[in-house]
Amino acid sequence: MKERLVLVGNGMAGIRTLEELLKLDPDAYEITVFGAEPWPNYNRIMLSPVLAGEKTVDDIILNDREWYERNGITLHTGDPVVEIDRVSRKVVSRSGLEVPYDRLLLATGSDPFIIPVPGSDLPGVVGFRDIADVEAMLEAAKKYRKAAVIGGGLLGLEAANGLMANGMDVTVVHLMDILMERQLDRTAAQMLKKSLEARGMKFLMEAQTAEVLGEEQVTGLKFADGSELEADLVVMAVGIRPNVELAQKAGLYCERGVVVNDTMQTYDPRIYAVGECVQHRGRTYGLVAPLFEQAKVAANHLARIGIARYEGSVTSTKLKVTGIDLFSAGEFNESEGDETLILQDPARNVYKKLVVRDNRIRGAVMYGDTIDGTWYFQLLREGTDISGFRSTILFGQHDLGDAGHGDETRVAALSDDAEICGCNGVTKGQIVDAIQTQGLFTLDEVRAHTKASASCGSCTGLVEAILASTVGEGYEAQPSKKPLCGCTEHSHDEVIQAIKEHELKNMRAVMDFLEWKTPDGCASCRPALNYYLLAHWPEEYHDDPQSRFINERAHGNIQKDGTYSVVPRMFGGLCTPDQLRAIAEVADKYHVPEMKVTGGQRIDLFGVKKEDLPAMWKDLTDAGFVSGHAYGKAMRTVKTCAGKKWCRFGTQDSTGLGVKLEELTWGSWMPHKFKLAVSGCPRNCAEATIKDFGVVCVDSGYELHIGGNGGIKVRVTDLLCKVETEEEVLEYCGAFTQMYREEAHYLERTAPWVERVGLSYIKSRILEDEEGRRALYERFKLGQKYAQVDPWKERAEGKHAHEFRPLKLSA
Amino acid sequence: MNDWKEVANLEEIPRLGSRVVEVEDGTIALFRTSDDQVFALRDACPHKQGPLSQGIVAGHTVTCPLHNWKIDLESGEALAPDEGCTNVYSVKVESGRVYLQI
Ligand SMILES: Cc1cc2nc3c(=O)[nH]c(=O)nc-3n(C[C@H](O)[C@H](O)[C@H](O)COP(=O)(O)OP(=O)(O)OC[C@H]3O[C@@H](n4cnc5c(N)ncnc54)[C@H](O)[C@@H]3O)c2cc1C
Ligand code: SF4
Ligand code: FES
Repeated sequence: MKERLVLVGNGMAGIRTLEELLKLDPDAYEITVFGAEPWPNYNRIMLSPVLAGEKTVDDIILNDREWYERNGITLHTGDPVVEIDRVSRKVVSRSGLEVPYDRLLLATGSDPFIIPVPGSDLPGVVGFRDIADVEAMLEAAKKYRKAAVIGGGLLGLEAANGLMANGMDVTVVHLMDILMERQLDRTAAQMLKKSLEARGMKFLMEAQTAEVLGEEQVTGLKFADGSELEADLVVMAVGIRPNVELAQKAGLYCERGVVVNDTMQTYDPRIYAVGECVQHRGRTYGLVAPLFEQAKVAANHLARIGIARYEGSVTSTKLKVTGIDLFSAGEFNESEGDETLILQDPARNVYKKLVVRDNRIRGAVMYGDTIDGTWYFQLLREGTDISGFRSTILFGQHDLGDAGHGDETRVAALSDDAEICGCNGVTKGQIVDAIQTQGLFTLDEVRAHTKASASCGSCTGLVEAILASTVGEGYEAQPSKKPLCGCTEHSHDEVIQAIKEHELKNMRAVMDFLEWKTPDGCASCRPALNYYLLAHWPEEYHDDPQSRFINERAHGNIQKDGTYSVVPRMFGGLCTPDQLRAIAEVADKYHVPEMKVTGGQRIDLFGVKKEDLPAMWKDLTDAGFVSGHAYGKAMRTVKTCAGKKWCRFGTQDSTGLGVKLEELTWGSWMPHKFKLAVSGCPRNCAEATIKDFGVVCVDSGYELHIGGNGGIKVRVTDLLCKVETEEEVLEYCGAFTQMYREEAHYLERTAPWVERVGLSYIKSRILEDEEGRRALYERFKLGQKYAQVDPWKERAEGKHAHEFRPLKLSA
Repeated sequence: MNDWKEVANLEEIPRLGSRVVEVEDGTIALFRTSDDQVFALRDACPHKQGPLSQGIVAGHTVTCPLHNWKIDLESGEALAPDEGCTNVYSVKVESGRVYLQI
């Protein structure tokens, strides 16, 4: 029979331990979990945004009930354990359940400390610890106006901020003369107080609460000096107490917390403990990062690997109040023998202080600009000698040299072992590696794969910056070349060059010539090679469907549930009643569950079954539509505004020009998606300056803009030039597009490409070299001859029918 | 019960591609590798049930189209660092015909 493991405390540390254990040995135990709260495990840290209305309870559930089921874990919620019987090795719950254990894990967390003054048990006095507390506060905010938060620490300020967001008039009552004294020095604390006051938060400093006033319900507070404050809600956020009651009752040795050794074992070798309820080497912790480290160690021992040791943690803090950046770590108040380095810029509201001894950082406080916190924290933990860069250290790891891409540049400068997500201990190297090897494109994906930014979320900006700089590969032309993927040593540029110079016209030839290490390539290089071959040899190369991502192979966007979406092209966003009728009929006929007008000015039909695609396309092509290529690394749409024909500001026929541009470019495969827009005047209603190629019409002609995009990191276009006629617009557009098609790396959008090669290089090719421009345009048009074959029509007529039809069983 | 059933001619499955078969309790994906072997897996990725049949086949693996997990065609297991496993069905190819044991 399997051994039985019982977890008491269905919270962040306990469940993280189980997750780590399941990773190491999924079948080691029959697991039962008891939780006092009625919820599955949720992200306690995120209660602050829930209170502030920025997130919902559903958003913060970390492990839904299905997770427990899937992993064979029995979960009892709303049923606290009331007794541990160590002799017969079982736990007893409040409802009377008795569950035997071979090993027991305690993770009971802590309770908010309620100051023992008269009246502290009145209705209207709450802590800030769990969902029930948040619900009570939200309820109160509906009924009442005045709130007092006792405690000007991390938790208190987050509570106060949340209550203010709910329209309450909030006063923070604090015993000390500065806020967050455990995390901030005087200067930073004052800056913080000032910004919070500017938002309307009130403060009573050096105020000692003597009594909570009220008869049946809180009406106010009375202080030691006799003064009073009116309040209908009192939140106590003065600290936490490890929840050791149960352990103590069972006779386990406890001091402030349940005492454990370096393997997270209590004095009873069958009982382990993790989380805030624990005291290790004399310390207790109240942040998740150390708890997650403890969880790893406990899991290692529960899985009987038995090598990990927990040796304590150094912690750092950030405040999760939207719009306020602060960071602190280590010994930030100097003592004798320490030196301090300070940068203070009142105009930007920035303050940074490093406490240094013997050229090593001992502590850091930052306010207003915290991006280098990660770096300082790393230097601190590693005890790095900073004498070499001491004079510039406060300017950060990387001096800014460009506009708008600050975060990215700075992130790029971080070393691979820099810790980005403090909560989950994820380094930059791990994130970059996951992005590259797993082909991640969104923040959510990075969260799912690495857990980075999945807990408190304050490193989200950094993770996004890493994402932006990694996805847009080679954001800064790096001297060291990066291989295209694990199958080869050659970089994108080398592969492109070989295809061109050695006239390699099929995939086998490329792989043989460049000595690919794998027989078939992989899901990263095959689509890239297929694209490069198509772009360079449009006449000779035959597209390889098996080297395309499913969206391009099936000519539709695969959705979360495995169905597809269909987007017919609407040139320039124009349409006729007949076309709309045709789309409506198709939608009815194939039971399309949802339709949406897209940002690219056309209509998306969602939820189509793969088998239905060819028939649906047939109906659409019969009505005169072609594919919108909304699914591909391809030319997507040309967005247009009303233009001269209808708009009183219009200077040119933006719609008509949009249609011409779309007729020129549709069907073209690209390294990445490619969008165009034409605005009829500088009011720019078509948002042409965040497109890959944008045209802004002016009285005297057309401004051409390149290299913009929306998305994770918005980039505004660079102005390429101004031209006078529509013909020129078409020529320049074709030439620019072809240059991008021939020279950018697969999956590199125009924005990072333009930054990599430089605007002046692009100008030299498109503006200064007239002959070269014409040649590019001609090559583009040649390629289009082969590309402008509507893939929908072909498939409606039976091409690649096997792609869409399931096989049938025969006996 | 577990009989061999004919599902296709080998040629009906594109090389480095796949086809699906609907069976009572779900969909099975048949993959043909570059060495002309055929493998069958439940058409659901161990990660979030992504349709593996829609992925890119290389060597004896398929890359799931949703989040790029790589699944071993022989064992149905996700390649490290991911973990998970999907059902494998027995397949044989005899004189150009593909049979599935279900
Ligand atoms: C509003 C708020 C904001 C925070 N912000 C941050 C932050 O930004 N960064 C950060 O690092 N940390 C933050 N923290 C702290 C962090 O949430 C905690 O450190 C962490 O949740 C502790 O994990 P734990 O498992 O030890 O305890 P918990 O997550 O509290 O889990 C313990 C669980 O055990 C249950 N339990 C107790 N006794 C029993 C019993 N006898 N039987 C059954 N169940 C029992 C409790 O009900 C609870 O659900 C924040 C905390 C709060 C409240
Ligand atoms: S961009 Fe100018 S022309 Fe076009 S709709 Fe807006 S205001 Fe009118
Ligand atoms: S569902 Fe397959 S990788 Fe996510």
